[in-house]
Amino acid sequence: MTSLPAKTEKTLGLVIDLDTCVGCHACAVSCKEWNTGGQSGPLNDLNAYGADVEGVWLNRIHSYEVDAAEGNVGTDMTVHFPRSCLHCADAPCVTVCPTGASLKRAEDGIVLVDDEKCIGCGLCAWACPYGAREMDPVEQVMRKCTLCVDRIYNETLDEIDRIPACVRTCPTSARHFGDLSDPTSDVSKLVEARGGVALMPEQGTKPVNRYLPPRPRHVAQAAPTTVAEDDLQTDGFFGWVDSILSKMGP
Amino acid sequence: MHPAYSIIWFTTLSGAGYGLAAFLGLGLVEMKGLTAFFAYGIASALIGIGLISSTLHLGHPERAWRAFSQWRSSWLSREGVLAVATFIPLSICAIAAIFLERQLPFVGFAITVFAAFTVFATSMIYASLKTIHHWHSWLTSACYLGFATSSGFLVLVAISAPLLEADNVLGIAIFLVLLAWAFKGIWWYRADTMTSSSTPQTALGLPDERHVRRLELPHTGSNYLMKEMGYWVARKHGQKLRMIALAIGLALPILCLLMAATLTGIVAQAVAGLAAIAHFAGIVVERWLFFAQARHAVMLYYGADAA
Repeated sequence: MTSLPAKTEKTLGLVIDLDTCVGCHACAVSCKEWNTGGQSGPLNDLNAYGADVEGVWLNRIHSYEVDAAEGNVGTDMTVHFPRSCLHCADAPCVTVCPTGASLKRAEDGIVLVDDEKCIGCGLCAWACPYGAREMDPVEQVMRKCTLCVDRIYNETLDEIDRIPACVRTCPTSARHFGDLSDPTSDVSKLVEARGGVALMPEQGTKPVNRYLPPRPRHVAQAAPTTVAEDDLQTDGFFGWVDSILSKMGP
Repeated sequence: MHPAYSIIWFTTLSGAGYGLAAFLGLGLVEMKGLTAFFAYGIASALIGIGLISSTLHLGHPERAWRAFSQWRSSWLSREGVLAVATFIPLSICAIAAIFLERQLPFVGFAITVFAAFTVFATSMIYASLKTIHHWHSWLTSACYLGFATSSGFLVLVAISAPLLEADNVLGIAIFLVLLAWAFKGIWWYRADTMTSSSTPQTALGLPDERHVRRLELPHTGSNYLMKEMGYWVARKHGQKLRMIALAIGLALPILCLLMAATLTGIVAQAVAGLAAIAHFAGIVVERWLFFAQARHAVMLYYGADAA
């Protein structure tokens, strides 16, 4: 059903910490492995061992260089940015779907693709500003992050593993999972403490996932960006050597 | 956006078909027997080929019947329902005109209403997407409806000698062509000058306007998003194509229609037919640009400076 539920009982989502993410891609690989072994079949790749490999990934890690903030010299930073479905409250990918394949669950807010109904028209991918949905080149249906719905309720797994694969594997604890509509949950407290933000709020999708911004960098002392000739140290033993050498030749 | 030819043919052919059907429904000219057969036949063929073309881009066309189910929320579903629904009054009027040689004004008006709503729903599939700010405007619907009206009317004028020779009809045809391209001109102006509120900073959740530079793509290879959403035609090529669209879609049809006004008989119809074909060709170029010049917000993650 591609009408959105008026209210969801729980609002499950991820919180991703851009401050501690080191861009190792473990979460992307873990997601690919879990979903390739799952019931919807492999996340297909084309020309997997050839020259032009491409394939479906539900989680992709971008890396950016971000310039220093105004008046805060030397605080340029590298931001590693894991991008996957934000399970939006007002998901445009759900309402545009003509067949009912794209749905948002009322019990926990997870947005899923029913790949038995999907006709592969790709309109949901056009509707998503975050690029959460990709067409499987072999199966010709749309694929997206399932929030590991087949892990989180799976009683055959140890309790510690009943979280999304990407959260379980992150070596720097940059990914967190929980109910963001519950103000007492760990993720809600984390978002509150670190000022977690929604991405592209102007698109009106009301994303559920939150990104924790990189903590403001500061430099311990004013670090010179270039070393001028005149700044060379001119005292001590090496200063004496330098002055002898300067007098010696051109 | 990668221009899918199946979608381009779908929107242009079905637009012309629904435009023609809408005018047939209004009963501007009495059509009977063989003439009616050609007229309704051409309308149905344009719509039918357009709709079939639209299924060609689907991954699973055998499940396309499911696309009628979500009309409560999806413009694509609504378009499917309306497209098929239009065939009901269209068939009734066709049978009445061809075999019974009767005009049915009320059923005919139903064709016009359904055809207009179908084209409107088609336009809303694109206009409802906030991710592509070029498309997200009432002007998109105005252009789709405008071109469906003008292309449909020109086909009708070309196939109906009595209509062609009636007073003011060629003037109306020229006016409709001008009106459609006027909407398109405003659409192009808006697309060229407006900026999206989505920026690389809002995409990454950065609090201020710090410059963002792409360091590394997530993968060394290409992917579906980059191929589908990352294609856009270079600005100077786009400008040339716009000129071509106007030359064959605006200037040439008007010249032909003016010429047709001075001619009679089959020669006039042939020249009017040329006007219809040229106008349609211009619309196809315009529709290609509609996709090829569109920018999608997701490309902000892939290094685009602006959406």
